[in-house]
Amino acid sequence: MPFPRLVPCLDCRDGRVVKGVQFRGLRDAGDPAQLAARYAAAGADEIVLLDVAATVAGRGHAAATVAAVRAVLPIPLTVGGGVRTVDDAARLLDAGADKVAVNSAALARPELLGELAARFGAQCVVIAIDAARSEGDVYEALSHAGGARTGRDAIAWARAAVEAGAGEVLLTSVDRDGTGAGYDLALLRAVAASVTAPVVASGGARGAADLAAAFAAGADAALLASALHDGAWTVDGLKEALSGMGVEVRR
Amino acid sequence: MSPFVHIVPTGVANVASVVAALRRLGATVDVAADAATVRRAEHVVLPGVGAFGAAAAAIDANGLRQALCERVEAGRPTLAICLGLQLLAAASDESPGVAGLGVVPATARRFPAGVRVPQLGWNTVVPAPGSPLPAGVAYFANSYRLEAVPAGWHGLVSDHGGPFVAAFARDGVLACQFHPELSGAYGAGLLRRWLAGAEVV
Repeated sequence: MPFPRLVPCLDCRDGRVVKGVQFRGLRDAGDPAQLAARYAAAGADEIVLLDVAATVAGRGHAAATVAAVRAVLPIPLTVGGGVRTVDDAARLLDAGADKVAVNSAALARPELLGELAARFGAQCVVIAIDAARSEGDVYEALSHAGGARTGRDAIAWARAAVEAGAGEVLLTSVDRDGTGAGYDLALLRAVAASVTAPVVASGGARGAADLAAAFAAGADAALLASALHDGAWTVDGLKEALSGMGVEVRR
Repeated sequence: MSPFVHIVPTGVANVASVVAALRRLGATVDVAADAATVRRAEHVVLPGVGAFGAAAAAIDANGLRQALCERVEAGRPTLAICLGLQLLAAASDESPGVAGLGVVPATARRFPAGVRVPQLGWNTVVPAPGSPLPAGVAYFANSYRLEAVPAGWHGLVSDHGGPFVAAFARDGVLACQFHPELSGAYGAGLLRRWLAGAEVV
């Protein structure tokens, strides 16, 4: 079985890494290639590069940023933001992405997932879902970087997206994003049990205990942003803490 | 002199990552779109992403089938990655009825039910009995795999719902189910060995 992955996420805007709380109030957090290389050297298992402004502003990801990260990065790179068509995905893969994440465009037109899988294979296609708790354990999938409601059940959408061709689910809790309150484990359990593809937990991690809880809830990987960018943790520090807790990770 | 590597265009493959990894190791990289180049080239890479049937069709459309088979059978420096490894087999459940290169008499099968498919992540690889290939942890992105190391080849094995073939090698040929270009220092070490000498094992 593969080891659970620790995946630093670089939210980018205009070629810089930014980080906000609950998708708002973005502030500068560094150079993407420099940060990606540093995380890889510290033991990161993969890097995710999201262009948070792309869908909102209606423009595609800067391929130049992807190429700059690719040139220095000896581990997998997932890229998302503003991917609407097979051609958009092809540009990102040509620039050096290994996987492409789609969100708003797949909500608007789920057939996109099948088109991407047919061209590049399911292992290249990540469905990114921004889920917000509406009431009880009912979650709604949001589009446009968390800015628009869809009325669609997030767990049913995860299952449908994998059936349509997605090879991985990047599951973000909008309520927990940037708060350090821990991953939304109920959401994670529900999605991990509903799909055959790997699930990446995102939103709310503060420390190693949150990651261990996510893996126990069925996550195959955990996305990390503010916990790393703020300098509170390093990837190797988290892995050491996880090992101490009995969670086997790649060292 | 820096090693010169030719990559076979399978039409569906994303080759940016393998190009970047080879360049980090000092190689010069170009595309080998014709049989004469595949025959003549010092190092050839059969990459890695997409569907079995489409990739086999691209190899035939470029007339590369026989040249690739000859290289591998002669043990000349050839690196097959992920789908590239599966293309060396006779067939794949992914595209029934499509002939692979058939260099090894095996069929690629889908991972069994009960494990995450695709396998996306870092898995432990260990040498098969008698194999000099190094143990390590490598990055996989696959839904299909071979179940046994082909006879006459050195192997690496891993486990995802049961043992499967992580790599096989002989002379200058290295076929990896994982992505050495994405497998950090372990993968770079394998690539360096493949680039440096005529013989991987």
